[in-house]
Amino acid sequence: MTPLVHATTPGGYLLVLAVILPVCAVLAIVACGPRSAARIAMVTLAAGLAIAVAIAAELISSGAALSYVVGAWQPPLGIALRADGLSGAMLVMTALVVVAVGLFARVQHGLDEGARDGRAQTTFWLMLLALWSALNAVFVGEDLFNLYVALELLTFAAVPLVCLDGRSKTIMAALRYLLFALLGSLLYLLGTGLLYGQYGTLDLLALSRLSRQDPALSVALALMIVGLLAKAALFPLHLWLPPAHAGAPAPASAVLSALVIKAPVFLILRLVLDVAPPQAAAIAGQLLAVLGAASILFCSVMALRQARLKLMIAYSTVAQIGYLFIVFPLAAGSADLPPWGTIAWTGGALQLVSHALAKAAMFLAAGVIAEAFGHDRIADLGGFGRVLPLSAAAFGLAGLSLMGIPPSGGFVAKCLLLTAAVIGGYPWLAATILIGGLLAGGYVFRVIDKALAVPTVPVKTLRPIPRRLEFAALALAVAAVLIGFVPLRPFGFLQIGRDGLAMALTP
Amino acid sequence: MTTLLDLALVAWLLALAVHVVAQPDERSAIVAFLAFGLLLGLGWVRLAAPDVALTEIAIGGGGTGILLLRAEAALRGRDKNAEPMSTAGKAAVALGCAAVSAGLGLAVLTFSSPPPTLAPAASAALGATGLGNPVTAVLLAYRALDTLLEKVVVLLALIGVWSLAPDGLWGGAPEVKPAAVPGPLAYLARVLPPFGVVIGVYMFWVGADAPGGTFQAGTVLAAMWLLVMMAGLYPPPDTARPLLRLVLVGGPALFLAIAFLGFVFADGFLAYPEAMAKPLILAIEAALTLSVAAALAMLVAGPARKAPAR
Amino acid sequence: MTAVLQPGVLFGLCGAGLVGIGLFAVVTQTGLLRRIVGCNILGAGIFLVFGAVARRGAGAGFDADPVPQALVITGIVVAFSASALAVALLKRLSELTDGDRAEAAERESGS
Repeated sequence: MTPLVHATTPGGYLLVLAVILPVCAVLAIVACGPRSAARIAMVTLAAGLAIAVAIAAELISSGAALSYVVGAWQPPLGIALRADGLSGAMLVMTALVVVAVGLFARVQHGLDEGARDGRAQTTFWLMLLALWSALNAVFVGEDLFNLYVALELLTFAAVPLVCLDGRSKTIMAALRYLLFALLGSLLYLLGTGLLYGQYGTLDLLALSRLSRQDPALSVALALMIVGLLAKAALFPLHLWLPPAHAGAPAPASAVLSALVIKAPVFLILRLVLDVAPPQAAAIAGQLLAVLGAASILFCSVMALRQARLKLMIAYSTVAQIGYLFIVFPLAAGSADLPPWGTIAWTGGALQLVSHALAKAAMFLAAGVIAEAFGHDRIADLGGFGRVLPLSAAAFGLAGLSLMGIPPSGGFVAKCLLLTAAVIGGYPWLAATILIGGLLAGGYVFRVIDKALAVPTVPVKTLRPIPRRLEFAALALAVAAVLIGFVPLRPFGFLQIGRDGLAMALTP
Repeated sequence: MTTLLDLALVAWLLALAVHVVAQPDERSAIVAFLAFGLLLGLGWVRLAAPDVALTEIAIGGGGTGILLLRAEAALRGRDKNAEPMSTAGKAAVALGCAAVSAGLGLAVLTFSSPPPTLAPAASAALGATGLGNPVTAVLLAYRALDTLLEKVVVLLALIGVWSLAPDGLWGGAPEVKPAAVPGPLAYLARVLPPFGVVIGVYMFWVGADAPGGTFQAGTVLAAMWLLVMMAGLYPPPDTARPLLRLVLVGGPALFLAIAFLGFVFADGFLAYPEAMAKPLILAIEAALTLSVAAALAMLVAGPARKAPAR
Repeated sequence: MTAVLQPGVLFGLCGAGLVGIGLFAVVTQTGLLRRIVGCNILGAGIFLVFGAVARRGAGAGFDADPVPQALVITGIVVAFSASALAVALLKRLSELTDGDRAEAAERESGS
């Protein structure tokens, strides 16, 4: 009899709630009709945030991972959910961004009485909530097929968000996105099938404890990672992202750019560090780092060349995602130091979180700008900081994080990664991080420069913009800055539940 | 003898797939894809997976086939969205795909032996569910969370399809009836539905212990409803209609309600009290069958094309 | 040699072949509808690999391991939903760009 891999822990039911609660809200909205959509969504946002915070609190107080065995059917026959420190951080980050985006959307929808409870608004609420469910399911999933369903749920929630405005251009972007995402999921599914054929289990924790030498494992992981890369839009599979993320309405862009592409990245991290055999992981890590570096350099330059604000922010997303992939060789760890004990592990996790907060803030600020001026051509935005000071401030603060300037979460993240690159003997990665920061400075300052410019003619907005609309972006940007006060060393929370060794390192 | 049959089936499947890809005429390609789906169902029978065979024939072949045929009729030759690839490019892609196939084939040939299996575990736990069909037990007990989330996936796809209606028509009815209803179709629509409904109910009922179940039954019901709508005997409902929305939500909602009751009366979320397992699972399946039927039919029908009656 | 002729292996190899054919169609076809068809062939191939795994896992009185079978049923339904959404997007796109195909072609190459 093999020992049980999973056992339900106290508080494990919170994981079920995190996944299921938004789904309940979706069903309620469909049943009750569009009129109730915003109200049900608001209640769910509050409850979902509370659940995420409760999970984090439970993780801190118990110092161990939370687990839940669904229906009490033990894996590999059944499905388990599990949240360690990293998952906990993802859950809280997701909740923060979703709540801020929801509050923004509520105010923005109020500005347009004609579209009240109409097609775009109702679909937005349904998809936002479904997306939250899917993200939580990815972050707490332990079963590879359950994760496949979660990824599909994510795709089906994200694609309609891209073309909410119903123009042919955005529908084209949505269709391309769907095809890329489907191809990605199918490759992932194929790898899942091979793993089951080889080991007879789909449980990640069980797979991570196998003696791992088979060539089939490498084939399966390669297929899965390539599929996930297409979904994560890493260079050169990024072409679908800029039109899709730039064409969506601002709150939708914010969740797409900040959250949706993080789900495949998170899974790649788990596959490479937890499941792959060490030698294969090292090779995959190097390859991913090369693609990540190419992403940073190429897409930062592309961002610099964009004439439209939202396209610029979208290209910046692909560039910033690159940083998450250069983590792999840096966080490879060693015999006496596991990956999650390295500073690169903390750096990568902080980059994930701070980019999400900063990018959501930027897209929401861009949404305010588009709402105010009816366009987002950077060249014609001269002096916008005079009429939209809060949005300009939000954009600037978020920009600090992208550039990696203190005080900001991005600074801590990039500083840790840079240190890891220098210590680990990766000068080319260190150089990439520095150049990427400079390029990010270039595209952020283009906008800041416009915000602070003295306009030749008085700046007028098309319609009055209530200050409430600007708060959400500012709050997220401030949160991105506050993460900068995390100490510059391996962060204990992110190591909870990784294994026995992790506990010894907790400060 | 059966080996020869298998070999012929495999060769035919591969040849049909190549034909679907190479056929220049779009309509013929899609008809060939329909045949491919039926043949694939036969393959699943040979793999001793009758539940999958029924699903593949009903949804993979039939459902997708109707969907694609309707799309082809609507697009008719206007679907050229990319420059054709150069021959050299195609050759490179073909080489890459061949490499993927070869690698995959090698993986299939070198799967570990003895093969890992969960069949004994699934069999041992079957008693606790009261079911006779192990596939249904996997779908509705052991891995019920997947099934639950996948029902939400289907619902989301439908909401996504509906969101593609123009603003003014959102909430209205889709258009299913072709401009001219062919005689045979009208005849079938009058004769088939009673039989179809009986078959659907039967498939749902035996699903607990024999091949069949919610999806297969739901697809048959959906096909009957589509037939009636296509023949113009009964118009498609407004997508905003409360009754339709309740039917769509009913299955997943009952599933969730029983899942939550597991916290109180059993070992937790999605656990069934042992004595009540079979009736509860049957109740969930009944509600899901209706929801699946409505969702699949509306997915084929597409977004609203008429303004809603307000 | 006889091992290869077991249905559990033979259909697995067929699945491997279909994956290649489907992948080729998704990458090289010009029409989006045909790419969707390609996705379906690719999916069918993947499901057959699962089927081969299930058949090999026969035991405990079952002719095939029920777990991969159930996964395939779930997978088929998800694939159908995906096709439905893709087809709806494609039809809407063609409606919107009707009569202005030149512009649509430009968009395709320009974006």
